[in-house]
Amino acid sequence: MRLALRELRRSKRRFTPTMVALSLLVVLLLMLGGLLDGLYIGSTGALRAQKSELVVFDASARESTLRSRIEPATRATIEDVDGVAATYGFGIALVGAEVPGETDLADAAVIGYEGNVDGVPAPPEPGTAWADKSLEASGVAVGDTIRVGPTRIPLEVVGWVEDTNYLQQGGLWVEPDTWREVLAESRPGAAVGDDVFQNVWVALADGADADTVAAAIDDATGTTETITRDAAVLALPGIKEQNSIFTQIIAVTFLVAGLVVALFFALLTLERTPMLGVLKAVGASSRQLVGSLLTQTLVVTAIAYLIGALVALGLDAVIPPEVPIAITSSRAVFVAVGVFVAAAIGGAISLRRIIRIDPASAIGTGT
Amino acid sequence: MPALQLRNVRKTYQSGDSEIVALDHANLEVPDDEILALIGPSGSGKTTLLSIAGGLLSPSEGNVVVGGHDITEYSAKDLTRFRREEVGFVFQTVNLVPFLTARENIMVAAELAGRGSEKAARARADQLLEELGLARRADNLPAQLSGGERQRVAIGRALMNEPKLILVDEPTSALDTKLGNQVMELIVGEVKSRKTAAIIVTHDTRMVHYADRTVSITDGVLAA
Repeated sequence: MRLALRELRRSKRRFTPTMVALSLLVVLLLMLGGLLDGLYIGSTGALRAQKSELVVFDASARESTLRSRIEPATRATIEDVDGVAATYGFGIALVGAEVPGETDLADAAVIGYEGNVDGVPAPPEPGTAWADKSLEASGVAVGDTIRVGPTRIPLEVVGWVEDTNYLQQGGLWVEPDTWREVLAESRPGAAVGDDVFQNVWVALADGADADTVAAAIDDATGTTETITRDAAVLALPGIKEQNSIFTQIIAVTFLVAGLVVALFFALLTLERTPMLGVLKAVGASSRQLVGSLLTQTLVVTAIAYLIGALVALGLDAVIPPEVPIAITSSRAVFVAVGVFVAAAIGGAISLRRIIRIDPASAIGTGT
Repeated sequence: MPALQLRNVRKTYQSGDSEIVALDHANLEVPDDEILALIGPSGSGKTTLLSIAGGLLSPSEGNVVVGGHDITEYSAKDLTRFRREEVGFVFQTVNLVPFLTARENIMVAAELAGRGSEKAARARADQLLEELGLARRADNLPAQLSGGERQRVAIGRALMNEPKLILVDEPTSALDTKLGNQVMELIVGEVKSRKTAAIIVTHDTRMVHYADRTVSITDGVLAA
């Protein structure tokens, strides 16, 4: 261990190229992961914030909130199903919002709701909204009256909520009639009547099974498709594809990180074979030499991770807020664990060679 | 008790269908304060004998007894400990760890053993450096030392753990005559002052007068 650390300290130049390459890969992993998380968070917040376990769509809407309509009679049928504790109407209108003092319109999602949303207070008064904090970057402030939709319907912002956006549009949480008004003005063809919602969220009774209740609801109404909150999140346009593509890129990057470490330590071990033979001859065990290699692998990776994380955080700070990057602590831990595992596997490639070094090679040969 | 006994030691290698005999029923006894010079031409089996005596190779037949302990049946782990604690090696080419200072190179065997205090090991290394005339070079890396100084550090490393047996492989092959004599005088002085046994493998007959006894080897067969 001390040998390994001394070599790292005194042969910095030898380890620098690998450290730099790994640092860049960490930057890439954190930025890609941050972008994936940013896109995911910014697209799905309004659904993830729901406390209710199930959401009901009109069967013809193919799990799209904007296409779905749930009539009051259907809702009444849903409420009669065993295992349903309560229902909450829900609807969304995607609009542009005029912000005082700003020339550009802010992208907003006006969300009509009846409650049971994590982090969002009860619906505010008509004509007022809880605004997602992300809208602050578009110039919105509490107390502002912003104007939404083509007819510029005024909405006074009465407070902030967080992580409640929908498809990258800032959430404006309003009571249902205000939402219906905005929807009717922004998409007249999609206007809904009194008490009609796009979705109904279903809170389950204690002990009720989500899948059983979902099936019972669809059987009872004959016109709905009921899915879980997580399924609704994945049903949002592009989410599955986005997750799949980014996950593949991230996996390949982890693979490259492992290969960088594997190649470096394989070459280093090859170059040091005579010296390792001498150390074995004077009493170093294979275990000690393997421990040294793993120590160096982990220290190089730790330093590279630290540098990479600092660079990524620096970049995140200067990237414009419109770019949806969110470097979360869970992502940072995931990348750290992934890089360490990839590096450990990469380093382990050289273990066999170290174990097979014959101490007798020290005699008659030299470094 | 002799420092080393080889009893009917044979070492063979397979090369295709044929068997190569590197050491043929060798019998040798080295008392615990004797310096033995082992001479012979290239490929005669000198290095094989030295490797077997130092626990680097296992014999095909026969027994190797070092300090009264038969190491023939030692496991790989036992041999590692044996090499670390019971023998000292001085290799043909100076094999110092390039990123360790002269002092640290001498201390490396003690560090690998992981026993005893670092302070005591450091004091012993400094004492050896003093004896070897390298006190002022203690903090120099091998690249900052001359060939002769590096060889002296290697001798210090071999002596560090106070071994019962010191095995020296061609110590003068890379040195000119003057430096070769200095190194041999140093080895003999250090070994004799500790009453330790040593086998010095050399093909340089000018150096054999430093030894108490000379044994020659040809085609794996020892001859006094």
